[in-house]
Amino acid sequence: MHLAYPTVVAALLFSVGVYGVLARRNAILVLMSVELMLNAVNLNLVTFDIWYRDRLHGGQVLTLFTIVIAAAEVGLGLAIILLVFRNRQMVDIDRLRALSEETEPEPGTQREPDREEAAP
Amino acid sequence: MSGQEIVFALLGVVAVGSAILVVTTRQLVHAALWLVVSFGALAGGYLVLTAEFVAWVQVLIYVGAIVVLLLFGIMLTRAPIGESADLDSGNRWAALAVAAATAAVLVTVMVIGFRDTKMALDAGGGSAEELGAAVFRTWALPFEVLSVLLLASLVGAIVLSRSDIRTRPDVRTRPETGARPDEEGGA
Repeated sequence: MHLAYPTVVAALLFSVGVYGVLARRNAILVLMSVELMLNAVNLNLVTFDIWYRDRLHGGQVLTLFTIVIAAAEVGLGLAIILLVFRNRQMVDIDRLRALSEETEPEPGTQREPDREEAAP
Repeated sequence: MSGQEIVFALLGVVAVGSAILVVTTRQLVHAALWLVVSFGALAGGYLVLTAEFVAWVQVLIYVGAIVVLLLFGIMLTRAPIGESADLDSGNRWAALAVAAATAAVLVTVMVIGFRDTKMALDAGGGSAEELGAAVFRTWALPFEVLSVLLLASLVGAIVLSRSDIRTRPDVRTRPETGARPDEEGGA
Protein backbone atom coordinates (compact mmCIF):
# COMPACT_ATOMS: atom_id res chain seq x y z
CA MET A 1 0.00 0.00 0.00
CA HIS A 2 1.28 3.42 -0.89
CA LEU A 3 2.05 5.55 2.11
CA ALA A 4 0.49 8.52 0.32
CA TYR A 5 -3.10 7.29 0.73
CA PRO A 6 -3.44 7.44 4.54
CA THR A 7 -1.33 10.56 4.89
CA VAL A 8 -3.35 12.45 2.29
CA VAL A 9 -6.60 11.38 3.95
CA ALA A 10 -5.21 12.58 7.28
CA ALA A 11 -4.14 15.92 5.78
CA LEU A 12 -7.59 16.48 4.28
CA LEU A 13 -9.32 15.56 7.55
CA PHE A 14 -7.06 17.97 9.43
CA SER A 15 -7.83 20.87 7.11
CA VAL A 16 -11.56 20.15 7.30
CA GLY A 17 -11.17 20.36 11.07
CA VAL A 18 -9.29 23.66 10.73
CA TYR A 19 -12.14 25.04 8.65
CA GLY A 20 -14.67 23.90 11.23
CA VAL A 21 -12.82 25.47 14.15
CA LEU A 22 -12.48 28.78 12.35
CA ALA A 23 -15.87 29.01 10.68
CA ARG A 24 -18.32 27.56 13.15
CA ARG A 25 -20.06 29.63 15.74
CA ASN A 26 -21.63 27.14 18.12
CA ALA A 27 -19.12 25.95 20.72
CA ILE A 28 -20.21 22.31 20.45
CA LEU A 29 -19.55 22.35 16.70
CA VAL A 30 -16.08 23.75 17.39
CA LEU A 31 -15.52 20.82 19.76
CA MET A 32 -16.57 18.41 17.02
CA SER A 33 -14.08 19.97 14.60
CA VAL A 34 -11.34 19.57 17.19
CA GLU A 35 -12.24 15.89 17.32
CA LEU A 36 -11.80 15.69 13.56
CA MET A 37 -8.30 17.16 13.83
CA LEU A 38 -7.41 14.71 16.59
CA ASN A 39 -8.57 11.85 14.39
CA ALA A 40 -6.36 13.03 11.56
CA VAL A 41 -3.37 12.94 13.90
CA ASN A 42 -4.38 9.45 15.05
CA LEU A 43 -4.46 8.21 11.47
CA ASN A 44 -0.95 9.53 10.91
CA LEU A 45 0.30 7.89 14.09
CA VAL A 46 -1.11 4.49 13.14
CA THR A 47 0.22 4.79 9.59
CA PHE A 48 3.78 5.56 10.61
CA ASP A 49 3.70 2.90 13.31
CA ILE A 50 2.86 0.30 10.66
CA TRP A 51 5.30 1.71 8.14
CA TYR A 52 8.24 1.63 10.57
CA ARG A 53 7.15 -1.81 11.92
CA ASP A 54 7.75 -0.45 15.40
CA ARG A 55 8.43 -3.35 17.77
CA LEU A 56 7.33 -1.31 20.78
CA HIS A 57 4.14 -0.22 18.94
CA GLY A 58 4.72 3.37 20.00
CA GLY A 59 2.39 4.85 17.40
CA GLN A 60 -0.60 2.65 18.12
CA VAL A 61 -0.19 2.94 21.89
CA LEU A 62 0.06 6.71 21.55
CA THR A 63 -3.11 6.59 19.44
CA LEU A 64 -4.90 4.81 22.29
CA PHE A 65 -3.62 7.45 24.70
CA THR A 66 -4.78 10.22 22.37
CA ILE A 67 -8.26 8.69 22.21
CA VAL A 68 -8.41 8.66 26.01
CA ILE A 69 -7.18 12.26 26.21
CA ALA A 70 -9.80 13.24 23.64
CA ALA A 71 -12.50 11.69 25.78
CA ALA A 72 -11.29 13.62 28.83
CA GLU A 73 -11.09 16.80 26.75
CA VAL A 74 -14.63 16.44 25.47
CA GLY A 75 -15.92 15.83 28.98
CA LEU A 76 -14.23 18.92 30.37
CA GLY A 77 -15.10 21.02 27.32
CA LEU A 78 -18.76 20.13 27.57
CA ALA A 79 -18.74 20.94 31.28
CA ILE A 80 -17.29 24.38 30.48
CA ILE A 81 -19.82 24.90 27.68
CA LEU A 82 -22.69 23.97 29.99
CA LEU A 83 -21.37 26.40 32.61
CA VAL A 84 -21.21 29.16 30.00
CA PHE A 85 -24.73 28.27 28.90
CA ARG A 86 -25.96 28.41 32.47
CA ASN A 87 -24.49 31.88 32.97
CA ARG A 88 -25.16 33.45 29.58
CA GLN A 89 -28.03 31.43 28.08
CA MET A 90 -26.06 30.95 24.84
CA VAL A 91 -22.93 29.21 23.56
CA ASP A 92 -22.20 31.52 20.66
CA ILE A 93 -18.45 32.02 20.63
CA ASP A 94 -18.69 35.16 18.52
CA ARG A 95 -20.64 36.86 21.26
CA LEU A 96 -18.49 35.72 24.19
CA ARG A 97 -16.35 38.85 24.22
CA ALA A 98 -15.91 39.44 27.92
CA LEU A 99 -12.12 39.00 27.67
CA SER A 100 -11.56 41.30 24.72
CA GLU A 101 -9.67 44.53 25.28
CA GLU A 102 -10.82 47.14 22.85
CA THR A 103 -14.58 47.01 23.29
CA GLU A 104 -16.20 48.06 26.51
CA PRO A 105 -18.32 45.16 27.78
CA GLU A 106 -21.91 45.89 28.49
CA PRO A 107 -22.78 45.97 32.18
CA GLY A 108 -25.25 43.11 31.87
CA THR A 109 -22.75 40.63 30.48
CA GLN A 110 -19.95 41.67 32.78
CA ARG A 111 -21.81 41.18 35.99
CA GLU A 112 -23.08 37.74 35.21
CA PRO A 113 -20.04 35.53 35.89
CA ASP A 114 -19.54 36.66 39.47
CA ARG A 115 -23.19 36.63 40.24
CA GLU A 116 -23.01 32.97 40.97
CA GLU A 117 -20.10 33.38 43.35
CA ALA A 118 -21.53 36.24 45.36
CA ALA A 119 -25.20 35.46 45.28
CA PRO A 120 -26.01 33.71 48.57
CA MET B 1 -3.71 0.00 -7.44
CA SER B 2 -4.12 -2.94 -5.15
CA GLY B 3 -7.30 -4.04 -3.44
CA GLN B 4 -6.19 -2.60 -0.10
CA GLU B 5 -5.56 0.78 -1.69
CA ILE B 6 -8.99 0.78 -3.35
CA VAL B 7 -10.75 -0.07 -0.09
CA PHE B 8 -8.75 2.51 1.83
CA ALA B 9 -9.41 5.17 -0.80
CA LEU B 10 -13.16 4.53 -0.65
CA LEU B 11 -13.16 4.67 3.15
CA GLY B 12 -11.10 7.85 3.03
CA VAL B 13 -13.57 9.45 0.64
CA VAL B 14 -16.41 8.54 3.00
CA ALA B 15 -14.50 9.87 6.02
CA VAL B 16 -13.52 13.18 4.42
CA GLY B 17 -16.93 13.66 2.79
CA SER B 18 -18.85 13.17 6.00
CA ALA B 19 -16.33 15.37 7.82
CA ILE B 20 -17.11 18.12 5.30
CA LEU B 21 -20.79 17.58 6.00
CA VAL B 22 -20.06 17.90 9.74
CA VAL B 23 -18.58 21.34 9.27
CA THR B 24 -21.14 22.56 6.72
CA THR B 25 -24.52 21.17 7.75
CA ARG B 26 -27.11 23.52 9.14
CA GLN B 27 -28.55 21.16 11.71
CA LEU B 28 -26.67 20.55 14.92
CA VAL B 29 -27.92 17.01 15.47
CA HIS B 30 -27.05 16.04 11.91
CA ALA B 31 -23.50 17.26 12.49
CA ALA B 32 -23.15 14.83 15.40
CA LEU B 33 -24.59 11.99 13.33
CA TRP B 34 -22.29 12.69 10.38
CA LEU B 35 -19.47 12.59 12.89
CA VAL B 36 -20.47 8.97 13.58
CA VAL B 37 -20.13 8.16 9.86
CA SER B 38 -16.74 9.84 9.66
CA PHE B 39 -15.38 8.03 12.71
CA GLY B 40 -16.79 4.72 11.52
CA ALA B 41 -15.13 5.06 8.13
CA LEU B 42 -11.88 5.94 9.87
CA ALA B 43 -12.21 2.81 12.02
CA GLY B 44 -12.56 0.82 8.78
CA GLY B 45 -9.40 2.50 7.57
CA TYR B 46 -7.61 1.37 10.73
CA LEU B 47 -8.78 -2.17 10.00
CA VAL B 48 -7.32 -1.98 6.50
CA LEU B 49 -4.07 -0.76 8.02
CA THR B 50 -4.08 -3.90 10.26
CA ALA B 51 -4.51 -1.85 13.44
CA GLU B 52 -7.51 -3.84 14.59
CA PHE B 53 -7.39 -3.08 18.31
CA VAL B 54 -7.19 0.66 17.63
CA ALA B 55 -10.16 0.26 15.26
CA TRP B 56 -12.34 -1.32 17.93
CA VAL B 57 -11.28 1.22 20.54
CA GLN B 58 -12.16 3.93 18.03
CA VAL B 59 -15.64 2.46 17.58
CA LEU B 60 -16.15 2.02 21.30
CA ILE B 61 -14.90 5.37 22.55
CA TYR B 62 -15.47 7.78 19.69
CA VAL B 63 -18.67 6.42 18.23
CA GLY B 64 -20.01 5.04 21.48
CA ALA B 65 -19.00 7.59 24.07
CA ILE B 66 -17.87 10.89 22.60
CA VAL B 67 -20.71 11.31 20.10
CA VAL B 68 -23.26 10.45 22.78
CA LEU B 69 -21.61 13.02 25.03
CA LEU B 70 -21.79 15.62 22.26
CA LEU B 71 -25.47 14.81 21.70
CA PHE B 72 -26.07 15.30 25.42
CA GLY B 73 -24.30 18.64 25.17
CA ILE B 74 -26.51 19.66 22.24
CA MET B 75 -29.57 18.64 24.20
CA LEU B 76 -28.56 20.39 27.42
CA THR B 77 -27.73 23.69 25.72
CA ARG B 78 -31.26 23.68 24.28
CA ALA B 79 -30.04 23.92 20.73
CA PRO B 80 -32.69 24.15 18.04
CA ILE B 81 -33.50 20.76 16.58
CA GLY B 82 -34.38 21.96 13.10
CA GLU B 83 -32.36 24.10 10.74
CA SER B 84 -30.63 27.10 12.22
CA ALA B 85 -29.18 29.71 9.93
CA ASP B 86 -26.57 31.23 12.25
CA LEU B 87 -24.25 28.26 12.76
CA ASP B 88 -21.53 29.80 10.62
CA SER B 89 -19.74 32.89 11.79
CA GLY B 90 -18.84 35.92 9.74
CA ASN B 91 -15.26 34.93 9.02
CA ARG B 92 -16.31 31.97 6.92
CA TRP B 93 -14.40 32.93 3.79
CA ALA B 94 -11.23 33.63 5.72
CA ALA B 95 -11.63 30.22 7.35
CA LEU B 96 -12.10 28.64 3.94
CA ALA B 97 -8.93 30.32 2.68
CA VAL B 98 -6.91 29.17 5.70
CA ALA B 99 -8.23 25.61 5.42
CA ALA B 100 -7.51 25.47 1.69
CA ALA B 101 -3.99 26.74 2.28
CA THR B 102 -3.46 24.14 5.03
CA ALA B 103 -4.77 21.38 2.78
CA ALA B 104 -2.58 22.51 -0.11
CA VAL B 105 0.59 22.61 1.98
CA LEU B 106 -0.02 19.32 3.78
CA VAL B 107 -1.14 17.36 0.72
CA THR B 108 1.77 18.68 -1.33
CA VAL B 109 4.28 17.75 1.34
CA MET B 110 2.79 14.30 1.83
CA VAL B 111 2.56 13.50 -1.87
CA ILE B 112 6.07 14.72 -2.65
CA GLY B 113 7.53 13.06 0.40
CA PHE B 114 5.87 9.65 0.21
CA ARG B 115 5.14 9.26 -3.50
CA ASP B 116 7.44 6.27 -3.96
CA THR B 117 7.14 4.80 -0.49
CA LYS B 118 5.32 1.53 -0.05
CA MET B 119 4.48 -0.21 3.16
CA ALA B 120 3.73 -3.87 3.67
CA LEU B 121 0.60 -4.78 5.57
CA ASP B 122 1.03 -7.95 7.60
CA ALA B 123 -1.88 -9.24 9.62
CA GLY B 124 -1.51 -9.41 13.39
CA GLY B 125 0.69 -6.35 13.89
CA GLY B 126 -1.98 -4.48 15.79
CA SER B 127 -3.82 -7.26 17.56
CA ALA B 128 -4.96 -6.94 21.15
CA GLU B 129 -2.26 -9.37 22.27
CA GLU B 130 0.58 -7.33 20.76
CA LEU B 131 -0.78 -4.00 21.94
CA GLY B 132 -1.53 -5.30 25.41
CA ALA B 133 2.01 -6.56 25.76
CA ALA B 134 3.35 -3.22 24.52
CA VAL B 135 1.17 -1.18 26.88
CA PHE B 136 1.89 -3.19 29.99
CA ARG B 137 5.58 -3.86 29.34
CA THR B 138 6.94 -0.73 27.74
CA TRP B 139 4.35 1.95 28.27
CA ALA B 140 3.14 1.08 31.77
CA LEU B 141 4.18 4.41 33.35
CA PRO B 142 2.42 6.63 30.75
CA PHE B 143 -0.61 4.39 31.16
CA GLU B 144 -0.71 5.10 34.89
CA VAL B 145 -0.19 8.83 34.34
CA LEU B 146 -3.10 8.71 31.92
CA SER B 147 -5.36 7.18 34.53
CA VAL B 148 -4.48 10.03 36.90
CA LEU B 149 -5.36 12.44 34.09
CA LEU B 150 -8.72 10.75 33.60
CA LEU B 151 -9.43 10.99 37.32
CA ALA B 152 -8.49 14.68 37.32
CA SER B 153 -10.76 15.43 34.38
CA LEU B 154 -13.59 13.47 36.02
CA VAL B 155 -13.27 15.53 39.19
CA GLY B 156 -12.95 18.72 37.16
CA ALA B 157 -16.06 18.01 35.12
CA ILE B 158 -18.08 17.28 38.26
CA VAL B 159 -16.84 20.43 40.01
CA LEU B 160 -17.60 22.55 36.95
CA SER B 161 -21.06 21.22 36.31
CA ARG B 162 -22.44 21.08 39.84
CA SER B 163 -23.68 24.39 41.09
CA ASP B 164 -24.22 23.52 44.75
CA ILE B 165 -20.69 22.72 45.88
CA ARG B 166 -18.83 25.95 45.34
CA THR B 167 -20.25 28.07 48.13
CA ARG B 168 -18.76 26.24 51.06
CA PRO B 169 -18.79 28.99 53.76
CA ASP B 170 -22.55 29.23 53.54
CA VAL B 171 -23.30 25.57 53.88
CA ARG B 172 -23.66 25.65 57.68
CA THR B 173 -26.03 28.61 57.61
CA ARG B 174 -28.05 27.14 54.77
CA PRO B 175 -28.16 23.36 54.91
CA GLU B 176 -30.55 22.71 52.04
CA THR B 177 -28.93 23.79 48.81
CA GLY B 178 -31.65 22.76 46.41
CA ALA B 179 -33.53 26.04 46.58
CA ARG B 180 -30.54 28.22 45.95
CA PRO B 181 -30.78 28.67 42.15
CA ASP B 182 -34.25 30.15 42.54
CA GLU B 183 -33.10 32.64 45.12
CA GLU B 184 -30.15 33.44 42.92
CA GLY B 185 -32.44 34.33 40.08
CA GLY B 186 -34.52 36.54 42.33
CA ALA B 187 -31.63 38.32 44.03
